[in-house]
Amino acid sequence: MAEIRASFFVECEELLEALLDGLQAMEDGAADAETINVVFRAVHSIKGGAGAFGLDALVAFAHRFETALDELRSGRLTADGEVLRLFFSGSDILADLVRDSRDGNETDAARVAPVRAALEALAATSDAPEAGAEEIDFQPMALSIGLDLDVPALPQSDATLWQIRFRPEPGLYESANEPLFLFRALRDLGALSVRCHDVAVPGLDSLDNPRAPHLWWTLELESTEGEAAIREVFDFVEGLCQLEIDGAPAPPGVPDLPDLAPGDAPVIDAPPLAAVDLAVDPAPCPSPPEPESAPQVEPDSRRPDEARAAAAPRATVRVDLERIDRLVNLVGEIVINQAMLSQSVEAAGIPPNSPVRAGLEEFLQLTRDIQESVMMIRAQPVKSLFQRMARIVREISAATGKDVRLRTEGENTEVDKTVIERLADPLTHMIRNAVDHGLEDQDKRHASGKPHEGTVSLRAMHRSGRIVIEVADDGGGIDRPKVLDKAIRQGLITADSNLSDTEIDNLLFLPGFSTADTVSNLSGRGVGMDVVRAAIQALGGRVTIASTRGEGTRFTISLPLTLAVLDGMVVQVAGETIVIPLSAILETLALGREDVRSFGPSTHVVSIRDRFLPLLDLGAELGFRSPLEDYADQIVLLVGQEDGSPAAMVVDAIEDQRQVVIKGLHESYGRVPGIAAATILGDGQIALILDPIDLVSRAHGRTRPPPPASSPLPNVQTG
Amino acid sequence: MTMQVLAVDDSRTMRDMLRLALTGAGIEAHLAEDGVHGLERLDEIPPPDAIITDINMPRMDGFGFIDAVRGREALRAVPILVLTTESAAELKARARAAGATGWIVKPFDPESLVKALKMVTG
Repeated sequence: MAEIRASFFVECEELLEALLDGLQAMEDGAADAETINVVFRAVHSIKGGAGAFGLDALVAFAHRFETALDELRSGRLTADGEVLRLFFSGSDILADLVRDSRDGNETDAARVAPVRAALEALAATSDAPEAGAEEIDFQPMALSIGLDLDVPALPQSDATLWQIRFRPEPGLYESANEPLFLFRALRDLGALSVRCHDVAVPGLDSLDNPRAPHLWWTLELESTEGEAAIREVFDFVEGLCQLEIDGAPAPPGVPDLPDLAPGDAPVIDAPPLAAVDLAVDPAPCPSPPEPESAPQVEPDSRRPDEARAAAAPRATVRVDLERIDRLVNLVGEIVINQAMLSQSVEAAGIPPNSPVRAGLEEFLQLTRDIQESVMMIRAQPVKSLFQRMARIVREISAATGKDVRLRTEGENTEVDKTVIERLADPLTHMIRNAVDHGLEDQDKRHASGKPHEGTVSLRAMHRSGRIVIEVADDGGGIDRPKVLDKAIRQGLITADSNLSDTEIDNLLFLPGFSTADTVSNLSGRGVGMDVVRAAIQALGGRVTIASTRGEGTRFTISLPLTLAVLDGMVVQVAGETIVIPLSAILETLALGREDVRSFGPSTHVVSIRDRFLPLLDLGAELGFRSPLEDYADQIVLLVGQEDGSPAAMVVDAIEDQRQVVIKGLHESYGRVPGIAAATILGDGQIALILDPIDLVSRAHGRTRPPPPASSPLPNVQTG
Repeated sequence: MTMQVLAVDDSRTMRDMLRLALTGAGIEAHLAEDGVHGLERLDEIPPPDAIITDINMPRMDGFGFIDAVRGREALRAVPILVLTTESAAELKARARAAGATGWIVKPFDPESLVKALKMVTG
């Protein structure tokens, strides 16, 4: 029973998500009758489940909510701004009630009562009889669109063996069409065999136009589909190829192919059919789960009739998070083990072309694949996080009286579950800041000709192996003179400091800094941007600011996708082995004698594409050695800084590039400046993983990086 | 990795529908309001797996947009689907001449949209 209850609460979260999605769709004007049905059904299902578990407070509230929603469904009520706002509040209260019921807490009645009364009043305004919940007409859910809707071909025996000759013309490739994809589409129609004719491919020496098509194909397709269906596949390339299609009845004796539904046809890169649904069991689970609670396949959590009517259900397996984490750890060990094995093979002097080496290479590939797959299990879309932020915006908008709209983008971007969880607090703070400090008050907005409604946008995206989250507002932007003034008065900088705009903006991250004249109880003192930055750095991330006066401020958080492994460059410095995250390295250079120049007594600069960059001696910065006299023949790594400009870091030698397993140092040593973590190398040796950006920003020895504004190099994205 | 698609359309309703259809199919949708905005978005995001664009738009229309996209070396091989209201042969021909990969006829249903995307991205 406890298990069913737990699964009910998991379902509730899904329903609440659908509810919020629906309401959001209504607010965006993208709602149709089906959206309203979805919203109604979500509340109705929560009420139904809650009744089964005797959660009376939840039932009572859900009932009022449902009744009000039914007014909408029946068309007696229109979802205008006021009504929608009430529904949003309703869903927030409903979420609280669900979570409090789950955790056995009492929900604050003083918060519930007014919303409940308002919902009741809303339903009472229309004189219709109370609608029964029984008469829900079910229609397929609008949100189930896009599932694989291929209808399996009916088993028939009158298959035709189609002969297709296909010869692309230049325009086909120029329009980014790809024959392979066409063949894949054909394969959905039946059994396909493809022959590629490469006789016309010229030798490399006589290849004058690499873009010209030289290949052509003959295909045999055994299908019950007619010629029209085949022609449809070639629709986009009509006129861009020579196409001949001839059909003849299939010869007898071929296996019963029509029985093979298109979905069953072998697909090279089919996505995994089963998505694993990670549910954190709210009930404590001290002992290993019994066999019965082992991964159970749930065809669909919706009511059976709904499930049937909706598109193909997705099979999910619920797995205890602990088990996954164990798996993640074990895979980490495999990675280390594999590295050790490689090193032993190397040391044993086994020739490169031996089967042992080949086997090891395959092992390496497999290890990587396993690792990626395991990480994917832990990955979740940021959507739940974004929805929480939507609620924060609603609350703070009500508290400040500012009209705010939250725009979200990239909600399906996936990232490690732990990252999502630990991002909630800093993000909440940033969103509060954006509304409270970022957006101007109504009068000011009006005066500067901006729309009455302020916009806060939240975007997530993947960028070169990292996840990037942006929090932006269309407010007044950072008031730099004021920030400078405050910082001087608070003694954070001296009055004669000459700071660039970026440097001024970054003052916001200093501990104890606050620009608000009056400290609001919302986002004022207490937790500052320094805490936000520290939280993000603890996740291996970075946060940067960009602001335009009068137009708004944008914070960009960049985080690693996982906290478990890292692609790193292994380098030697003063006899020590250091790992540098590959994502931070823009370029590596071997220094020639003429590249390095002395610049003052203790500074060397390196000339890179007509630009001088100060050399930063990693060995000296980390205290391994005193600065060298001569840097010729050293290796330079160009490391991207926060603002994208490069810094030049000197190391003795590059050893290798490899994936390393991150072992945190925080628990034992706290935060070590310039060091992100440690790892165990293949030979069992422990190496530090550098945090190059932190190190460069703290560099004091030979040089400081020049102000980024003067950078003639293109802005390089570092991840 | 989630498939990423840039959808360019000046109609807000259309963008909403595109977003709904794309995200409903598990595709990450980036949206832009016209050709100029679309090019700006392409500067901000990694090269998408495919681009969907309307033809009739203010500032820069679909033909101009496709032409500009094809002019960028990194985007030469990105499939571009054109949204057309009618399956006018002349419109298709012009879009293709500009470098479009295929087309989607409006009003589209989510399945045909996804099917067309699958066709050009494998």
